[in-house]
Amino acid sequence: MELKGKQVVAIGEREGVNGPSLKLLAESAGASVVFSVTQCFV
Amino acid sequence: MDLDDQANVSRLAEEKGTGEMIVILGQPDSNSAGLFAETVTRGDPTWAGPLAGVPLGLPVYHILEPEIKAQMDPALYQEHVGLMELSADVDDIIKWVKFYREGGEV
Amino acid sequence: MPDPAILASHYILAHGPDFVRYGSKPTREIESSPELLDQLTAALRPWEEVLAYPPNQTFIGNLTPDDLAAIPRPWTEHPVAGASAQGRFGRMIPQAALYGLMKLSDEFDLIAIDAALAAEARSALEGVFPHRLDRIVATPAGELDALIAAGSGMPLYHHGRTAGFLKAVHEQDASLDAHVLFENLACKATAVLAVAGVLAGRGLDPAAVDWLLNTGEEAVGDRYQRGGGSLSKAVGEVVGCINATGYDIKAFCSAPVHGLITAAAMVAAGLHEYVVVLGGGSQAKMGMKFRAHLRNGVPVMEDCLAGMAFIVGPDDGTGMRLRLDLTGRHPIGAGSSAQAIYQALVIDPLDRAGLKMTDIGRYAVEMHNPEITEPGDSGDVPRTNYRTLAAMAVFRGEIARDQMEEFTTRHGMPGFAPTQGHIPAGVPYLGHAQAAMHRGELQNAMIVAKGSLFLGRMTQLVDGVSFVVEPGSKTTS
Repeated sequence: MELKGKQVVAIGEREGVNGPSLKLLAESAGASVVFSVTQCFV
Repeated sequence: MDLDDQANVSRLAEEKGTGEMIVILGQPDSNSAGLFAETVTRGDPTWAGPLAGVPLGLPVYHILEPEIKAQMDPALYQEHVGLMELSADVDDIIKWVKFYREGGEV
Repeated sequence: MPDPAILASHYILAHGPDFVRYGSKPTREIESSPELLDQLTAALRPWEEVLAYPPNQTFIGNLTPDDLAAIPRPWTEHPVAGASAQGRFGRMIPQAALYGLMKLSDEFDLIAIDAALAAEARSALEGVFPHRLDRIVATPAGELDALIAAGSGMPLYHHGRTAGFLKAVHEQDASLDAHVLFENLACKATAVLAVAGVLAGRGLDPAAVDWLLNTGEEAVGDRYQRGGGSLSKAVGEVVGCINATGYDIKAFCSAPVHGLITAAAMVAAGLHEYVVVLGGGSQAKMGMKFRAHLRNGVPVMEDCLAGMAFIVGPDDGTGMRLRLDLTGRHPIGAGSSAQAIYQALVIDPLDRAGLKMTDIGRYAVEMHNPEITEPGDSGDVPRTNYRTLAAMAVFRGEIARDQMEEFTTRHGMPGFAPTQGHIPAGVPYLGHAQAAMHRGELQNAMIVAKGSLFLGRMTQLVDGVSFVVEPGSKTTS
């Protein structure tokens, strides 16, 4: 699956990789991030 | 998945269509990664949120998957994911996300 | 200037089976699917099971974290024989006592309870809580019935029956809504029990306390200053801290660690001699994962409100020195990757002291009981945290990759705290750390807390703080 040009929904987690980090990474692959969030279960 | 986030994903899928959309996950364990993958493919398995009974069928990948990693800036990847690559059960996480992505049977 | 020390810690658990329905999630979900209430009620545990539940016995100090690690999972099926409600540094109380504490903490006559509950509450608190028991009085039956019939507020249940009522204060003020007041009063009542317990355990006269720092997560205030208020003095008033004032520290889950560092700085500066850091329970989080627990056929385990309190004062050798030179913080510019967070919270303070990660005896991280979180598909949070710390040690070349599991076991522990935000954030280990240092088994420990600032939608940032404790000066020689 090529990320370039795709619209990415980034669902991160505080104890893993968070939303802002996923957004940066997806953008580095040429995708646009349409939604990014960090889940915190606790 | 948080109910507001389900609502957002549902709204985006409706507004923008699912054709060019892809979900990337960052959970540190296979249970939670699997739950999110299931939610954006088959619908909310907890039957609590807006995606309950809504099989969006979105392509979903985990940030740890090699084909995703390969497309990202390596230094940035090391900085943001390097620690989890070492600490998480990578194979198990990928297995479950792939399971839902490929529509596997329970 | 004195060296600051944590002199005593105290942890309480208040069983609240009839409080679970009023958690944020159960309230909303029962509203939309009323049939859930019966399922939820059927999955609640009786007091005896809650009392004998191994993580609860660990929380109040009767089992060590190592004892808990040796008990097979599921812990729900391995009750502790002869479990006591009196902990080595804590206590558990049944629901009637919780209602009693709310009633005696109620300065505005918000709560009305019936005669049977009042009598049960007084008897449950006899010998447990020394203040204001005369305030636990019943509302005459006719009056209570009229209140309930008028319906402006919320009914309070005790073992399934309607046993009281919480009156709405202001129909138009969402900040003083009955549910909000219920949450705030539950937080206050559990903090009251914890503060009374920590003072009694240490033998410190309440009047000797100079300052109170509440670190609970409840938003106290009215509509013009939602969350701008404070519980610190409100709690101190109930337990007789007549010479203290105080304020609340708001930092989501990391507030208790911020509070302890602030308290230690106050003591070190000579500003105050005895500072009590406290935090009551989070009613909103009761039953938060009940749907997942029901789905998995396990008891609904978010059935207790927790509370905790710590005395910070001058090091006299009996407590644990809090090393202000070894505190960690997560600055705004540090970046929010896991690596950046652990670098800031754990590595930076150790580097300043020339210490290695393996020089720290135990790390206390987010000590959530995994048995509560795993059915909700949120994994084993402490284990994830310890694995991350171990990976950090590998990156630094301190351990080999195949030693990660050993690092996790040696420097970590199983989670044993209820999932109430600020409660599990590192601090549940302080009582155990002090006991282990007293036994000569532990040379130091690092307490690490994180806070999800992003939940408030004002920033994407997270927060975090940490500190190191070591034996008091007279016990090191």
